[in-house]
Amino acid sequence: MGRKILLDKIDIPGILGFDVYRNNGGYSAVEKALKTMSPDQVLDEVKKSGIRGRGGAGFPAGMKWSFLDRSTNNPRYLICNADESEPGTFKDRYLMEKLPHLLIEGLIVSSYALGANTCFIYIRGEFKYLVGILEKAIFEARKNGFIGKNILSSGYSLDIYVHPGAGAYICGEETALIESLEGKRGNPRIKPPFPASKGLYQCPTVVNNVETLASIGPIIIMGGEEYAKIGTGKSTGTKLISASGHINQPGVYEIEMGISVEDFIYLDEYCGGIRGSKKLKAIVAGGSSVPVLPENLVFKTAKNETRLMTYESLAEGGFESGTMLGSGGLIVYDEDACMVRNTWNFSRFYHHESCGQCSPCREGTGWMEKVLYRIEHGQGRIEDIDLLVNISKNIEGNTICPLGDAAAWPVASAIRHFREEFEFHVKHPEKIKNKDHGNIQKLFVP
Amino acid sequence: MHNNQIQHKIHFRENKEFHFREEIMEKVKQIISRYPEGKQKSALLPILHIAQEENCGHLSVDVMDYVAQLLGIQSIEVYEVATFYSQFYLEKQGKYVIELCKTASCAICGGEDILDFIKEKLNIQEGETTDDKLFTLKTVECLGGCGYAPVMQVNTEFYEFLDRQKIDSIIDELRSKANDEKAKASTWAEKFC
Ligand SMILES: Cc1cc2nc3c(=O)[nH]c(=O)nc-3n(C[C@H](O)[C@H](O)[C@H](O)COP(=O)(O)O)c2cc1C
Ligand code: SF4
Ligand code: FES
Repeated sequence: MGRKILLDKIDIPGILGFDVYRNNGGYSAVEKALKTMSPDQVLDEVKKSGIRGRGGAGFPAGMKWSFLDRSTNNPRYLICNADESEPGTFKDRYLMEKLPHLLIEGLIVSSYALGANTCFIYIRGEFKYLVGILEKAIFEARKNGFIGKNILSSGYSLDIYVHPGAGAYICGEETALIESLEGKRGNPRIKPPFPASKGLYQCPTVVNNVETLASIGPIIIMGGEEYAKIGTGKSTGTKLISASGHINQPGVYEIEMGISVEDFIYLDEYCGGIRGSKKLKAIVAGGSSVPVLPENLVFKTAKNETRLMTYESLAEGGFESGTMLGSGGLIVYDEDACMVRNTWNFSRFYHHESCGQCSPCREGTGWMEKVLYRIEHGQGRIEDIDLLVNISKNIEGNTICPLGDAAAWPVASAIRHFREEFEFHVKHPEKIKNKDHGNIQKLFVP
Repeated sequence: MHNNQIQHKIHFRENKEFHFREEIMEKVKQIISRYPEGKQKSALLPILHIAQEENCGHLSVDVMDYVAQLLGIQSIEVYEVATFYSQFYLEKQGKYVIELCKTASCAICGGEDILDFIKEKLNIQEGETTDDKLFTLKTVECLGGCGYAPVMQVNTEFYEFLDRQKIDSIIDELRSKANDEKAKASTWAEKFC
């Protein structure tokens, strides 16, 4: 059994309530930070912990915090990114639903370290039922003196508010989120300036993911160095993995970074193997935006090293033969899954979610969707496959925000690893009429 | 932005007087006060959610103009936001809006069949509302419940691990609930909202 830091208290009855949470050691990170540490000391511990952002990009949190512009008198803001809409990802929802006080505790300590007196939780509109849970937790924390004016007589004051979005994947991108929070359309901003200097209301702002911020409490309690001992290399600590698709036990799992992908997929403690004892065909390791990996690259890297659940190991091989840990949204495909259909599905998603500001993304995602639609529906041409690669190259790197790349990678990687299957769709339209035509290997046999 | 789903139509005017009830107004004022002086526009999304709920589940031009006035911003600032986000409905919806996830894990774990089944059962296509105005069927992108696929949301309620049997019982249950409410409701608005 791996060590649990975030979910260790999840089974305690009544842990949703303040009293039970408090009686089980809750809010001691706030006490420790506000009573015995300066904001800079908190920041130091976070730096030492080596924790990287859990929202997808994996940027070291301590470094991001140290970039916050502290030179002006403008108010500073902390925004908790609870927009969770990356296909395959459902860990933040789980965390907020089961352990709201863990997040609130993390927000208080983090806001203190950043000198922010206001913190917003930007939550996706579909999670309306969570707003009540979070607001109750905030209310209880306030009643017990952990939020509000002069917290624990430290002189530090903080307000936390929940702000709902209204259905737009792009609002998970931090600058689109800020625009949305200002009451506008979710159009990402051109960077620089970065939110660290000009964010919400043009004031210095830090945006972090729910899981990142929920980890701050435990880091302060155990100390950054201790936290950094968990995991391997630059992947420190534990990570929540949302596992879905063709596995026996889909769900949210906390892992110590460094366990092997094979163990994660096959051990009973985690995914428990492939559904119906079928064979594995492919995985998407970190939410729909990362390159897809075919079976032969899932358990071993191209260098024949064991593939681990870490930022580095999943990325080993770059775009040729690797992928990314991303948000930790693992989708597993069995042998009967159709990779063309799945790629079309993803492309449709990105086309739908493109904010439309930059032509390569707005037009390119639309073209990829259309071309994939026709291949999947038996109307494809053989040149379409290279056309898709071409479109994806024209999007990648040419857009304001990374949604463009996120739309391009799944397509480019699916063609790289499953070109035969795309060709089969083009050459044998009669064999793919049925939408459950998945297992192309079986269809190859006349 | 998707071709089939362009909802950029702001033509729906109800020509009615809309304003928040007193207790709702309290809540609205409290929300506005969360944001700094001069930044009350920030309250737009939360308030549009409330306005939509108060207006039988959709936003008409009348309602959006009212919200603009309340926040001291131009009407166009409200329209451009209302047309951007998929959860704001610019046309009348059924009492229950079924939003079925059609993305990734839901698609590969039976979601496509569920869609066909709901269409068949309600005898409507995507985007349509049943004749009795009870159900509107929509497909949406990932709802953040991929591990419990296939999933759907009906208004604010999540339903997980869907299969035909579950759909049957959910729809029947909602239908009888709605009928009960109708029988009890006395005013015209309560009956048809
Ligand atoms: C299109 C797009 C969608 C994103 N969606 C999310 C999201 O839903 N949740 C999230 O935490 N980060 C999301 N991100 C990443 C954020 O921009 C940002 O990097 C993150 O919130 C930073 O937090 P972290 O450093 O703690 O990971 C998204 C990025 C892009 C480009
Ligand atoms: S890349 Fe796409 S989503 Fe991002 S700003 Fe450009 S058009 Fe909008
Ligand atoms: S894919 Fe359906 S909820 Fe995520």
